[in-house]
Amino acid sequence: MAKHEYAFYPGCSSQKGASASNYLTSVESMCKTLDVKLTEIPDWNCCGASIGYAEAGELPRHVLNARNFALSEQHLPGQEIVATCAACWLGARETRERLTHSDTLMNDTREALKEAGLQINEMPNIRHMVEVLIEDLGFDEMKKHVVRPLEGVKIAGYVGCQTNRPFGVAGESFENPVYLDKMVEMVGAESIPEYEQKVTCCGGALAFSEPEKAQAQIKDIVESAYDHGAEMIVTPCPLCQANVEIYQGQINKRYGTKFDIPVMYYSQLMVVAYGGSAKDAALNGQVIKARRLEEIAAKPVKR
Amino acid sequence: MSANTAMAEKYRNNFLKEIEEQVEMGDWVKMCMQCGVCSGSCPTNFQPAWEHPPQELFMMIRAGKREEVLTTSSMWNCTSCYNCIVRCPRKLPITHIMHGIAEYAHRLGKAPKMQATRFFSGLFWKNATRTGRVNELKLSMGLYFKDGFVQGIKNGMAMQAVALGLVKAGRLNPLELIGGHKCRDQKGIQAMLAKAYEIERARKAAKMAG
Repeated sequence: MAKHEYAFYPGCSSQKGASASNYLTSVESMCKTLDVKLTEIPDWNCCGASIGYAEAGELPRHVLNARNFALSEQHLPGQEIVATCAACWLGARETRERLTHSDTLMNDTREALKEAGLQINEMPNIRHMVEVLIEDLGFDEMKKHVVRPLEGVKIAGYVGCQTNRPFGVAGESFENPVYLDKMVEMVGAESIPEYEQKVTCCGGALAFSEPEKAQAQIKDIVESAYDHGAEMIVTPCPLCQANVEIYQGQINKRYGTKFDIPVMYYSQLMVVAYGGSAKDAALNGQVIKARRLEEIAAKPVKR
Repeated sequence: MSANTAMAEKYRNNFLKEIEEQVEMGDWVKMCMQCGVCSGSCPTNFQPAWEHPPQELFMMIRAGKREEVLTTSSMWNCTSCYNCIVRCPRKLPITHIMHGIAEYAHRLGKAPKMQATRFFSGLFWKNATRTGRVNELKLSMGLYFKDGFVQGIKNGMAMQAVALGLVKAGRLNPLELIGGHKCRDQKGIQAMLAKAYEIERARKAAKMAG
């Protein structure tokens, strides 16, 4: 039996061929090393994300998340739900909070769920993968598996919004969370605690609909990472990763900058540090290649 | 009578009450003390984006500026970063109120029709709920072709390098256009959502009648 078991909610962007498929690959490798067993919630659906608000309404949005709770309870009773995506985690956690605080919403949700032949009896705990790592495993346990420290690599920890607000990770401040910097140190790299754009918004969905606004924000995030001498940026959020990475070319055209900085997931850093291959860490999934990590991943492991 | 006219007549001269009863988290609006921390914390407010920042919208609601509030593009500038929520000294759930006012304006047909984020928001929800899972390719294409075919091709061309980079990295699958990921129980999802809309409509109507 695995040391830790959870009901897994991967979310739309993590699916095969989708924008965060590299995140999922690296999380799977990471969990193998850490003996964490994730069982996908069968037939899970989209959380609705924040941006669905024009048509989502209140009840339909919560019912959508509640369907995942009901499926989890039915197929994986007693297990906490773990999400890797910030938006999935936030959406599900918000639903949990609202339903817990309002009997009317809870009863209405139960009535709607009946239409899909589902029911909720217990409210599940909703966890983000970084919470599992920090709270259930802890830094010492995470560090134990490092066999190939990322020595000399300077990495800006970009936490972003939705893993940080409005819920965040317990014990961390909204303005200056430090867990990501600690994770960077844990894999043997050099962190930048004074990186002042660590909780700046990447523009979220506006990167699609109003790119000029989002790209102005992304520019600040990338520029500051360079100013602090970072070689790469790391983040726990799929939309932060995509937005900060894939529009650098367009930002260069718009502002005359020369951005070309890799944007990684914490799980990718961990897999390489744990001795995994470039493939295990899904480094081929970067639009801006992380050459330095590829080199390290090709090196023999110190055992 | 249109939905908008019906609401305007019912809540004549009491826009605050209308917002309290019809908008998600609307009953918090009266708690705003006009400090402006939300506006100063908003990432899009640093740019010439907000016609009316949150605290201004709240005061406009209290002043009965119904038409101006419902037709502004301001709420649609929200990036859902939740900075306003965590900083508000009176703990107003500002992000949710912004989404709520936007949803209400959209529901009444008062929101600016071709505002890009309003359009994208509706597109996202339809895309996600049609099969239960988001189809990222169809979502992007839907946005590019918002202003017609010719503009759609132009937008697509402008995004070519970004899309190609993603395809090469295995993070955008052209086959999503014909198939794509979906839930097995789509029928159950549709039935469940239809019920949720029905209940929500009934609750709002009851408040209006009450």
